[in-house]
Amino acid sequence: MVTLEIDGQEIEVEEGTTVLKGAQKLGIYIPTLCYEETIKPYGACRLCVVETIVNDRSMFQSSCSLSVAEGMIVKTNSKPVVKGRKILLELYLSRCPEVKRVRELCDQYGVTETRFTTFDKSEDCVLCGLCVRVCEELVGARAIDFVGRGTERKVDVPFERVWDECVACGACTYVCPTGHIQNEAHRVAQLKRQLGIQRKCRYMLMGAVSNKLCPNNYECWRCEYEQRTEYRLGEHAVLALKPAQRQGG
Amino acid sequence: MGDTKIRKPEDLEKLRAEGLKLISPDRSKITVGMATCGIAQGAKEVFDAINEEVSTLEANIIVARTACIGYCQAEPIVEVYLPGKSRILYHRVTPKKARELVSLTARGEIKREWTLYSIESSVEGIPPMEEVPFYKKQVKIVTRNCGFIDPRSITEYVARGGYFVLAKALGMKPEGLIDEISRSGLRGRGGAGFLTGRKWAIARNAKGNQKYMICNGDEGDPGAYMDRGMMEGDPFAVLEGMTIAAYAIGANQGYWYTRDEYPLALEMITNAIDNAKEYGLLGKDILRSGFDFDVRIARGAGAFVCGEETALIASVEARPPNPSPRPPYPAISGLFSKPTVINNVETLANIPQIIQNGAEWFSSRGTQSTKGTKVFSLVGKIKNNGLVEVPMGISLREMVFDIGGGIPGGAKFKAVQSGGPSGGLIPEEFIDTPVDYEHLEALGAIMGSGGMIVTDESTCMVDLTKFFFDFLKYESCGKCAPCREGIRQAHEILERITKGEGKDIDIETLDQVAHMVKDFSLCALGGTAPNPLITTLKYFRNEYLAHIKEKRCPAGVCKNLITYKIDPEKCNGCHVCIRSCPQGAITGEKKKVHSIDQEGCIKCGGCLEACKFDAVIVE
Repeated sequence: MVTLEIDGQEIEVEEGTTVLKGAQKLGIYIPTLCYEETIKPYGACRLCVVETIVNDRSMFQSSCSLSVAEGMIVKTNSKPVVKGRKILLELYLSRCPEVKRVRELCDQYGVTETRFTTFDKSEDCVLCGLCVRVCEELVGARAIDFVGRGTERKVDVPFERVWDECVACGACTYVCPTGHIQNEAHRVAQLKRQLGIQRKCRYMLMGAVSNKLCPNNYECWRCEYEQRTEYRLGEHAVLALKPAQRQGG
Repeated sequence: MGDTKIRKPEDLEKLRAEGLKLISPDRSKITVGMATCGIAQGAKEVFDAINEEVSTLEANIIVARTACIGYCQAEPIVEVYLPGKSRILYHRVTPKKARELVSLTARGEIKREWTLYSIESSVEGIPPMEEVPFYKKQVKIVTRNCGFIDPRSITEYVARGGYFVLAKALGMKPEGLIDEISRSGLRGRGGAGFLTGRKWAIARNAKGNQKYMICNGDEGDPGAYMDRGMMEGDPFAVLEGMTIAAYAIGANQGYWYTRDEYPLALEMITNAIDNAKEYGLLGKDILRSGFDFDVRIARGAGAFVCGEETALIASVEARPPNPSPRPPYPAISGLFSKPTVINNVETLANIPQIIQNGAEWFSSRGTQSTKGTKVFSLVGKIKNNGLVEVPMGISLREMVFDIGGGIPGGAKFKAVQSGGPSGGLIPEEFIDTPVDYEHLEALGAIMGSGGMIVTDESTCMVDLTKFFFDFLKYESCGKCAPCREGIRQAHEILERITKGEGKDIDIETLDQVAHMVKDFSLCALGGTAPNPLITTLKYFRNEYLAHIKEKRCPAGVCKNLITYKIDPEKCNGCHVCIRSCPQGAITGEKKKVHSIDQEGCIKCGGCLEACKFDAVIVE
């Protein structure tokens, strides 16, 4: 067990816990955009950056990826953290002025307008990478990835063409915080157009159901699995799976 | 050829004797400096001309090649060795001069007017290397072989003492080696300045059977080429250092990462690795010590961010080079999630020297916090540009004015950019600062990998900052928002300021964005990217104010803010500017004062350069 101090409150947590989880335990809110509990921390949105003091050295680190350390002092809302977060939100607002999730975060910090240039008003991708990582880590398909560098970076399928690696599981659209990822609809339609035995089951492809013939003869509207995950678990099939159930995960 | 494998010190001695004969043969030898800098200035043509002339004259002369001796300004450099007599360097050799040199050498004569300096010999009228201002304050430790040996020849490297250190190191305990490096105080030369000994110790003590050693030869700063110089000039020293490091940390597999844009360096390191394998200095049971080590080359596609450790690892693993948050540090969990040490080319080239001469010898040079020497690429508005190796703690003034020879054309020194695009600009008032990690950082600059760009009064600081941001905008990997969005927006504001559309609030905005990007970014690229902006805002705020408030560019660089005019007092109507103007925007009769049509002027500056009477003025 490791003891540390978050915003003046002492807490004892297990070794290897992230600072973000520690803070959540204490009921302290830290904003996030690229964090999702079931997948590995990525540290790209930088909204969860906190000030940490270890051995009198102050640093700014992303709390989602930072493991706790004995005697660590964490300030989640110190003056420089809030100041930086506000400017960062201003930058997000200039990138995606129309996105609801960005607007919500801005509201929390009183950011109402941006001094920066908006290059594309309809831009709705914040490049959090949730879709890419869910596809790689949970689905194991790696059907989408980042393309380009720097300001050219975007999420795309290889060579901008829908390809067979996409199992149309919809996990990417499920985790997308802004509604940018929509494209896998084509793939679903493509899969559903195929008939009977020549077609593969989406849930089979994503490793959610065991590899055997469909009991419903591929009539998706009768799919028990889909109904169960949708209504009972209230979560997307892939995210609801336990790690042991995942293929290759 | 028989068995070339080296197994014991006697084999090395034999090779050394062979090598000494190659370096100082019993007949004349002409050596051409054929590193990238030399080739760019015509060394290839010179080399061909010499070969041709030697075969026409049927002269008894050996023609050889070497790499860069550091004095890039004076390339192509040709060394002429007359056995028992002299070893002299000629500079700015053209193919024509080269042909003449061959016939002179055949007769055993020296052409004093063309010489630069002499090495290991005193010839009347030619200064020895140590007394040339460019070399006087330099200390050659890392670059001691660059320009002196054929970088393709393991024999010549052994002749200069190479691989004897490996034999010594393999006889030592790994802990002893790490202790020696720790005591020497060697810090990583790639930029961050982390203690090499500590890094090794962490990796040594990390759990795991499989460990990796990576040499970081990905050098991407504009205007910096220290690592290229090293890889082209003395690849074996780096390889030897890497083998020692691998032994110390317990790694059996190494990767040499470099960019594909360095074709010559790539050729040299490929050759070095092949040679070392052939001689049994890489592979199984090196020098009968039971230690196995193999090195593979990993080629990068030239992204600046690949110099960052975690991005480099991703690149070696064939993933897109996106940095990941640290900790975990690569020394604990790096390549393929195994403990990995990543050392810079120059750091590794230091290792054999430290093991050979001892930690105390190494730490006797330098400052309190920073020991040893550092190679800098001294470029920009300076008389002698090239690769210089200086002891840490030397002042910037000594570097710019003593070694660099000052600013050409008598212009006034303005600032020096230390650490490449993510370094800071240091103004004249701090020119006496000693060069080490702490002092440079206190000024807002960084040591970086050793790029040093000198600027003079004709450089606009806002424009220069914009240039660096333009570079960083494309070189940011784009993973984290502060770096990607912050740099793009700062660039946008700078662009506006240089166009004369700056607003009063811009300085404050720039300042805020710069500090946020510095603190909030994921990796060191973002963490240091705002340095040029922060330092120029601090030291050259007046220039920003002139651009924003007075819509004026004091250095006369920003096109939207300047006008070219003709001084009627000085213009004698010679028509030269009229001929130089690509737009036909200058009019006037012969021997009468000319005038520039501001509508047609594209501000290319052609007339300014063409006028011999200083009659064209920039306002």
